[in-house]
Amino acid sequence: MVDAPTAGSEENAADAFLQGGPSLRNASGPYFGSYGGRWMPESLIAALDEVQDTFEKAKADPDFIAQLKDLNKNYSGRPSLLTEAKRFSEHAGGARIFLKREDLNHTGSHKINNVLGQALLAKRMGKTRVIAETGAGQHGVASATAAALLGLECVVYMGAEDCRRQALNVARMQLLGATVVPVTNGSQTLKDAINDALRDWVSNVEHTHYLLGTAAGAHPFPAMVRYFHEVIGEEARGQILEQTGKLPDAICACIGGGSNAIGLFHAFLDDASVKIYGFEAGGEGVETGRHAAAISLGRPGVLHGARSYLMQDEDGQTIESHSISAGLDYPSVGPEHSYLADIGRVTYEAVTDTEAMDAFSLLCRTEGIIPAIESSHALAGAIKIGQRLTAGKETPSDVSVIVNLSGRGDKDVETAAAWFNMLDEEGHVKGTTLSTRKPKGPTDRTSEATADVNEDQK
Amino acid sequence: MTEQFASKSAAAIDRAKSEGRAALVGYLPAGYPTVRESIEAGIALARNGADLIEIGIPYSDPVMDGPVIQAATTEAISNGFRVADVFDVVAGITAATDAAVLVMTYWNPVMRMGVDEFSRRLAEAGGAGLITPDLIPDEASEWFEASDKYGLDRVFLVAPSSTPERLDMTVKASRGFVYAVSIMGVTGTRTSVSSSAEDVVARAHAAGAERVCVGLGVSNPDHVREIAAYADGVIVGTALVAALRDGGVDAVGQLTKNLSAGLGRAAAEA
Repeated sequence: MVDAPTAGSEENAADAFLQGGPSLRNASGPYFGSYGGRWMPESLIAALDEVQDTFEKAKADPDFIAQLKDLNKNYSGRPSLLTEAKRFSEHAGGARIFLKREDLNHTGSHKINNVLGQALLAKRMGKTRVIAETGAGQHGVASATAAALLGLECVVYMGAEDCRRQALNVARMQLLGATVVPVTNGSQTLKDAINDALRDWVSNVEHTHYLLGTAAGAHPFPAMVRYFHEVIGEEARGQILEQTGKLPDAICACIGGGSNAIGLFHAFLDDASVKIYGFEAGGEGVETGRHAAAISLGRPGVLHGARSYLMQDEDGQTIESHSISAGLDYPSVGPEHSYLADIGRVTYEAVTDTEAMDAFSLLCRTEGIIPAIESSHALAGAIKIGQRLTAGKETPSDVSVIVNLSGRGDKDVETAAAWFNMLDEEGHVKGTTLSTRKPKGPTDRTSEATADVNEDQK
Repeated sequence: MTEQFASKSAAAIDRAKSEGRAALVGYLPAGYPTVRESIEAGIALARNGADLIEIGIPYSDPVMDGPVIQAATTEAISNGFRVADVFDVVAGITAATDAAVLVMTYWNPVMRMGVDEFSRRLAEAGGAGLITPDLIPDEASEWFEASDKYGLDRVFLVAPSSTPERLDMTVKASRGFVYAVSIMGVTGTRTSVSSSAEDVVARAHAAGAERVCVGLGVSNPDHVREIAAYADGVIVGTALVAALRDGGVDAVGQLTKNLSAGLGRAAAEA
């Protein structure tokens, strides 16, 4: 945060907040302090205006709100649970750790909240096609799901490196009827998938909506994506009050673009007693340069339509980010997070791959829950925060912490198996290749059925 | 359009106009394949009929560019291109030719150097101004200030999707010329020029733009001839980059010569 250009005025904003100043909630954009805006080609401005206009009208339309609520309840399975992780808590200094179970949503992550909202908007705009970028594949799967549900054509851009890391999710998207386009430009990860999605959008904007998956990008995306995820924090706030009778001492979430985090944070922004923490991907360690900690180590710049903290070199070229988690492997961050960092309302810290994988394993073994590697960064952070907040306390269980368990880890099983040395030299899970029988199953049909799977389905 | 001082781009377009033809604007990336060769290619552009030259700054995330320009700029970066090299390229071409030389750049590299510092160095190198594909006037307050201070042209883009209000605002914000995007899409060669191009140009003229140049998808003398009939300038990018890639500096000169044959209005009306 060394380079924050208007640090002085933003400290005043933090002071004003702490002294009961104006609410930090419902910031409508386009600017969050000096961040956000529309650093976009003119060709797309009319489309952004259309999205904004449709979104504003929908927010004020009881029919839209009712439709969204119905889908959240009867399709996604909301409200998601708030589960106390009692055995896990022992490792966090004895603080009571509560998990906001976004992993239990349909499709297995928080991403469904945003895609249902945006897909409904796409229908309202009369668009017949949605495009999306995806890193871990969670947003791609959610987009393919919403598109199938609402009868929209769906094309998902995914970095070729991420296709490899998340092959299972590629298959899921294809099963749902979406076309997955592997992106071989640049670092072949999330940022390059966004570049290609933007190129598609500018060429097909007449009938296509860009279903951006995170609270980043040009206005109105940061404010709109947050709006659809606010349900996370609203539910969690009610649930913790019900279960403990008080507000939590701290809340934690992982930060890639930052959509699950801003969704959880929003309901608590005005609760001055609640400490808020965002955990960025520290990769192999921030000192190695191989990380994705944009706020911790970046400086303000513009990428994908917004001014925000950005990992960039002296020339303003984007630096490739690194993380074991495909979903956090993004060199910038949503602009509202940059603002909340500068005014000091939210503390952002980096968590390394190793710390995240340790927390991943711990949750599996203490709670019987396999978390997404993204969410494992928040779990690792919560362990540190729990230990910090309970230090010297006689009754550590007075301290409560909510962690956003933003997704489930099924998609990460292969990565985890490799990390924990569970694979043999061939890449098979050890001990699974001993059978001497002829393989069973629909072997005759598979060659035919998979042959055309990469073909454009249009 | 504001004209407080002599715009180099406007002067170049007006020179072409006085010869009864549209201006030819050629694009090439700085540092592709090397800094020295990009200067030579720029000089070849000017000597074979380009009135204005756009020098692109290779950037890590070029969302408005198609595969040919992406590949070239990626190669330039991996060959060691640094943003400050663009000033050497501009100075090298302006020293050797009469062409107006603009820089086309995504905004983050300019922000990173500092808008004022970048503008000062561009002016010192003899540059005419900037074309800014991802900077709209709404976000350009720093650039307004710096471009006025150093006497640089501000070339903003208008698109078929621009509303009348935005077109009006963008035309007023621009200096030198207005860049009309011919089609909804990214850079790259196309078999025909979209009919929406003529409409955008007419709307920009009606909004008060004195000079409107058309780019995106323009790749051969027929396209040039077609656009020269209604626009003040014709912008060619991808086809020139492909020529440089396949045939080096000589091929750039040859293609420029062919393209410029399509410029005359009389030819278009024949």
